[in-house]
Amino acid sequence: MSYRWDWAVFVQPVATGEPTTYLGWIAAGLEATVGIALAGWIVALVIGTAMGIVRTLPGRWLYACSATYVAVFRNIPLIVQFFIWFWAVPELLPGHLGTAIKHMPPTESAALASVVCLGLFTSARVCEQVRAGLQALPAGQWAAGLSLGLSRFQTYRYVLLPVAARNLVPPLTSEFLNIVKNSSVASTIGVLELTAQAQRMIDYTSRSYESFLAIVVGYALLTGIIMFVGRRIERSVRLSFGSDGR
Amino acid sequence: MTIGKKTLRLLLAASLLAAGSAHAQSASTLQKIKESGTVVLGVRPAVVPFSYFDDQQKPLGYSQDVALAIVDGIKKKLNLPNLTVRTIAITPQNRIPLLQNGTIDIECTTTTNNVEREKQVAFSNTIFVIGTRLLTKKDSGIKDFADLKGRTVVTNAGSTSEPILHKLNTEQNLGMTITTQKDVAESFLSLSTGRADAFMLDDAMLAGERAKSPDANDYVIVGKAQSREAYGCMFRKDDPDFKQVVDDAVSRLQTSGQADVLYKKWFDGPIPPNGLNLHLQESDDLKTLFKAPNDKPLS
Repeated sequence: MSYRWDWAVFVQPVATGEPTTYLGWIAAGLEATVGIALAGWIVALVIGTAMGIVRTLPGRWLYACSATYVAVFRNIPLIVQFFIWFWAVPELLPGHLGTAIKHMPPTESAALASVVCLGLFTSARVCEQVRAGLQALPAGQWAAGLSLGLSRFQTYRYVLLPVAARNLVPPLTSEFLNIVKNSSVASTIGVLELTAQAQRMIDYTSRSYESFLAIVVGYALLTGIIMFVGRRIERSVRLSFGSDGR
Repeated sequence: MTIGKKTLRLLLAASLLAAGSAHAQSASTLQKIKESGTVVLGVRPAVVPFSYFDDQQKPLGYSQDVALAIVDGIKKKLNLPNLTVRTIAITPQNRIPLLQNGTIDIECTTTTNNVEREKQVAFSNTIFVIGTRLLTKKDSGIKDFADLKGRTVVTNAGSTSEPILHKLNTEQNLGMTITTQKDVAESFLSLSTGRADAFMLDDAMLAGERAKSPDANDYVIVGKAQSREAYGCMFRKDDPDFKQVVDDAVSRLQTSGQADVLYKKWFDGPIPPNGLNLHLQESDDLKTLFKAPNDKPLS
């Protein structure tokens, strides 16, 4: 017996009776993946950068808090975090707030949980990248800033962060790639993103290889774009007197 | 761009690999079983009471009992009383690929025999007939599908209930919010936490979820069945010898009255591990089937 490829399956109308084709499902999944990954990335970048800076500040209490934050979000499996945010958190919130979340349109409540979950999970990773980026700077830069009479805030704002940010482009690009791929876990709480749509397509057409190859192309497309943009940013912000001599 | 070429080549390699593994088997299933001395059954870890694991991770259930009856038939046919039986946990997504690439030989779980699937795989005589109905809380005021107007209904992603719900929405203008979850446990959680007002699925699976709940008495199964489906054991296509052995075993079970005994054991009596009872009456469809075993798909 041999496998019979059937690419025409993508232009068939879907079995659920919605007015679309299987290709339409994949496209809708791609859109949802882009949406939650992008929104999650904004959350991750804002919170992660703030936490990363906090991790480099003096003070034992601040350090303990930020270290705990990173440990919690980085050490619990992502799929468990998704479950907690979607199923458990609304039950733990005070009465009417939890009910309000549960009575949101189901796609919206699942998307909200996904953005929060992916954003916070990735922020813990971004935090560590930012901390490493700041700590990698020579101690003299910090001392130089202060000796010029800059405040601690000004030293970060005008000296440390601009230099660190340039070095952070490659690792943050890779975190962005990760959040796109991790968004596939959102399929476990009912978000119809790329992976979920492929699974749904398999359920109705039993075309496993075609469906998965389609989403391979989808993910490759997204990550390809991110890598391309990341490289462009990296090149455009590179200092003319960098260690590579250019 | 070199990256582009590399990616393309990788993709090509992946697709060839997939095609290759799908090509891999050609010998008949009986021959494969005879040569390896092993039959491999696909099982589901948590579909009570059809195919699930007990507290020792041992597979059991109504469909599993049917599978074991089939294994007995294979043993007799091949004259291999000491045939090794291996079980592999499968999911609805991977069951067809695992069958096609020879990882499993047969699976008796809750797979619906339908025309679409018959293009890719073969089915035994029907082992069970279900109707798609609704599970809801007793105080929800939902007595039938018409009461779903404006309510939120959950079902499993990829189930046969999903298209039926969409159809009800367009044809009867019910304005339901239709939401999907990936499996029965999650769908039931949607219902029990109040995210959804009703849960549509195969009645037997609804009864299973209800029985597992700590407050089983708060839930009722309601509504006229919107579709009927025939569950069959699934195996590789174009293998008449194997189908004969499987069908004979299933027919013998049903015409001898043993299937009724199995029904009472799994659907109207205490079942492991905690002595749950599904309290599901034997349907007329099932009684008819047991009198005249057949492999006709109902959908």
